[in-house]
Amino acid sequence: MPQLLLELFSEEIPARMQAQAAKDLERMARERLAAAGFLPEALTAMAGPRRLTLVAEGLPVAQPERHEELKGPKVGAPPQAMEGFLRKAGLTQDQLTERDGVYYAHVHKAGRQTTEIVAEMVEEIVRGFPWPKSMTWGYGKLRWVRPLKRILCVFDREIVPFSIDGIESADLSEGHRFMGKNRVFRARDFDEYRQGLLAHHVVLDPEERKARILEGAKTLCFARNLELVEDQGLLEEVAGLAEWPTPILGDMDPAFLALPPEVIRTSMRTHQKYFAVRDPATGKLAPHFLVVANIQAPDGGAEIARGNAKVLSSRLSDARFFWDEDVKVGFDAWLKKLDGVTFHAKLGTMAERVERIVALAREIAPMVGADVEKTAEAARLAKADLTSEMVGEFPELQGVMGGYYARAFNLDGEIADAVRDHYKPQGPGDAVPTAPVSIAVALADKLDTLVGFFAIDEKPTGSKDPFALRRAALGVIRIITENGLRLPLNRFATKTPDLTPFFADRLKVALRDQGKRHDLVDAVFALGDDDLVRIVSRVEALDAFLKTDDGANLLAGYKRAANILKAEEKKGALPTGDATALAGAPAEESALLAAVQNARPVADKALESEDFAAAMQALAELRAPVDAFFEKVLVNDTDVAARDNRLRLLSQVKTTTERVADFSLIAG
Amino acid sequence: MSAEKPKSFQGLILTLHDYWSKQGCVILQPHDIEVGAGTLHPATVLRALGPKPWNAAYVQPSRRPSDGRYGDNPNRLQHYYQYQVILKPNPAEMQDLYLGSLEAIGLDLRLHDIRFVEDDWENPTVGAWGLGWEVWCDGMEVSQYTYFQQVGGLDVSPVAGELTYGLERLAMYVFGVDNVYDLPFNDAGVSYGDVFLENERQQSQANFHGYDVATLKRQFEDMEREVPLMLERDYQGRSLVLPAYDMVLKASHLFNLMNARGAIAVAERASYIGRIRDLCKMCAQKWVEQQEAA
Repeated sequence: MPQLLLELFSEEIPARMQAQAAKDLERMARERLAAAGFLPEALTAMAGPRRLTLVAEGLPVAQPERHEELKGPKVGAPPQAMEGFLRKAGLTQDQLTERDGVYYAHVHKAGRQTTEIVAEMVEEIVRGFPWPKSMTWGYGKLRWVRPLKRILCVFDREIVPFSIDGIESADLSEGHRFMGKNRVFRARDFDEYRQGLLAHHVVLDPEERKARILEGAKTLCFARNLELVEDQGLLEEVAGLAEWPTPILGDMDPAFLALPPEVIRTSMRTHQKYFAVRDPATGKLAPHFLVVANIQAPDGGAEIARGNAKVLSSRLSDARFFWDEDVKVGFDAWLKKLDGVTFHAKLGTMAERVERIVALAREIAPMVGADVEKTAEAARLAKADLTSEMVGEFPELQGVMGGYYARAFNLDGEIADAVRDHYKPQGPGDAVPTAPVSIAVALADKLDTLVGFFAIDEKPTGSKDPFALRRAALGVIRIITENGLRLPLNRFATKTPDLTPFFADRLKVALRDQGKRHDLVDAVFALGDDDLVRIVSRVEALDAFLKTDDGANLLAGYKRAANILKAEEKKGALPTGDATALAGAPAEESALLAAVQNARPVADKALESEDFAAAMQALAELRAPVDAFFEKVLVNDTDVAARDNRLRLLSQVKTTTERVADFSLIAG
Repeated sequence: MSAEKPKSFQGLILTLHDYWSKQGCVILQPHDIEVGAGTLHPATVLRALGPKPWNAAYVQPSRRPSDGRYGDNPNRLQHYYQYQVILKPNPAEMQDLYLGSLEAIGLDLRLHDIRFVEDDWENPTVGAWGLGWEVWCDGMEVSQYTYFQQVGGLDVSPVAGELTYGLERLAMYVFGVDNVYDLPFNDAGVSYGDVFLENERQQSQANFHGYDVATLKRQFEDMEREVPLMLERDYQGRSLVLPAYDMVLKASHLFNLMNARGAIAVAERASYIGRIRDLCKMCAQKWVEQQEAA
């Protein structure tokens, strides 16, 4: 079956946009082909520094002929209706058929040529492509991420002819900008294209570029007894910056290793897009760097390595200058500068924020077993590095630099660590702080952010969360639960009542991400608890309980009881009070009553000591008597006293169960 | 293309002049008013607007008062040179033309790693932005390459391509010099330091301590008041856009001086920039009207 090959060749596409562009191209092509009735056997899109490529395998050369039956007017309908219908169908009345008093038209639609459909599809894709930022060039009106230069479009080895704003489709592609002689080459199918690119020094597939970089880099390192510091994000980026990625190992003046490793790595990464290299024996950074060039130079990359080493050296000299200047200045001068830094127009300066964090940290410290004075001091110093030169240059080193400077000024180790770690966790992959002082400052930092923005009604909506409040809330949740902290969260939300459900939502999301059923989370949240550790262990116990036979059956019994009570409630108020042992009651009723009377105190005691597994076990004892009761006893007895007593009994079963979780919210 | 590769700072400039002259550019001299970036020369900012084609190249001294380091820093200057090229409309082969200029100044493109790394240029004081790249040579930024999309808050059509070479940095790279003051200025033994070191010292002192803030502020306000008045004056039915724009440039430089003197509070900064942008927009609008009428 014929193959379609499309290449949109442009000037350099930003690396960060390439992966999404490939996805968008594939999606748009798939949708448009499907709309034409085509289901390709395979459809792949790839993006590189100068091109987007699409291959569709197994398309027919034309759409199949289509037959449609159109329902027309009834026999005897007004002539206008018939005229309208005939016009639409393009037929005369004698060509219609009649069935059950209704006219039908049979229309044959010839299938269109695939090339026509492809030409339209490409034009629509090019004109409607969702680049995050696009531009016009020259006199043109066409928009693309950077000037679009060529369109290669071949179907079944033939050029699909079309023209978009003066760009004629062809069977020509272009190779590497600098390597090789003739840049332009011809390709009529994917094999020719891929081989043509390779011959012209272009690796088409981003995965292959990444693999080449990693492999080459590791080989270079290995030969020098070094180890590459892997960095997935950086790998993605550099693979989008080179068509012929060529790793080169360069040297760095070992004197720079006196700088904090984070500074070296950040400088390499953000400014120069270099990988760091370490000594496998010590695990420490080695005086080298790995750059991924876009050419294989005849001198083996010696010039490139030399040039890059020079640039890195001047970057690291700057960093060393910042360090030297910073240690001349120090925390007190930085703190003064925070007066002039606005945190948010409605939430005051950073200096004011620091005061709030100090107060909160003091309050939290005793709850987490942290020394109050140390915590307060750490909180006071935590934000100071924001006005240091180094953090001005590398904002992502906030906290980290504060920690280094605190140690450089011989401050207490716990304080230095808290300054360093108080932004943690910064993402799902980041660890939470575990030292008490660090925990207290980290919580105070996040709670101040949350309370502040909720107070001025800047809550996240939909996909918008400009102040990263979801991340802050999740950070609080993780710090509390992963450290097993007993902290009543609502106490911090007294002035911002919306914050409590926000935490609940975030916790639900977090538990759901761990694979916990969201209905169980809801069932536990409905109890109104604000102790996260307790909530989590309750959800875990509930999850385990419902997986047992007893749990599943008790849930069924509970639902049945609840349904009966609901139905009876519609007829009139339910009887109040506890059930009693009525004379002549069926054995199953007496047994259930005894079981409930037994289970309740056991469950309560277990709940009090937060032994949720034991509480569930107490409930499990109800399962057999509940099952037997429903099997043998009719609730709606004609004897009102018997009926009322049984309803009271079911109420007791329900409320006892609900002390552990709101079972009505559990699915199943 | 010159057969000889340049060996000095001025040789580099002459080579670029020669190269871009052969591409049909008007070779201009610097604009005679202090500017913070070569883009602000009316040959770029104003000529990028309106329908008329325009190809020009020039050297423009850039003044960045806050970057003064009294001649002590090997690569930071408060007065340095930018080489500017504007091609309007941008020719289809503009990237190749640019790479040709690198070869002309002696870079062997088979030995060096040249990259076009995303960098979208923006100058909020003149309400201008464009898409393009920083051009890296072996990890060093040697040029800024931009396709203008808006200037003075107005969409441009046709689109102009702009190239900015940081001349000192490029020269240091091409000649393998680590300290800007050691650059050979000419082929006869005069160094960059011989020409500019004393200037850097004196100007740094003036930028940080010398200028009288009250005077700067008054002059800024004078310019701000004069721009709309100048735009209302007319010569043969045209408002005086070009002199008005010169006053915008003066206001902008006065702002930079006040900033270096530490006279602009953080909260005031945005408002000053907004005031300059508004003046610039007025000029841009008038200019486009004139260009379209002509």
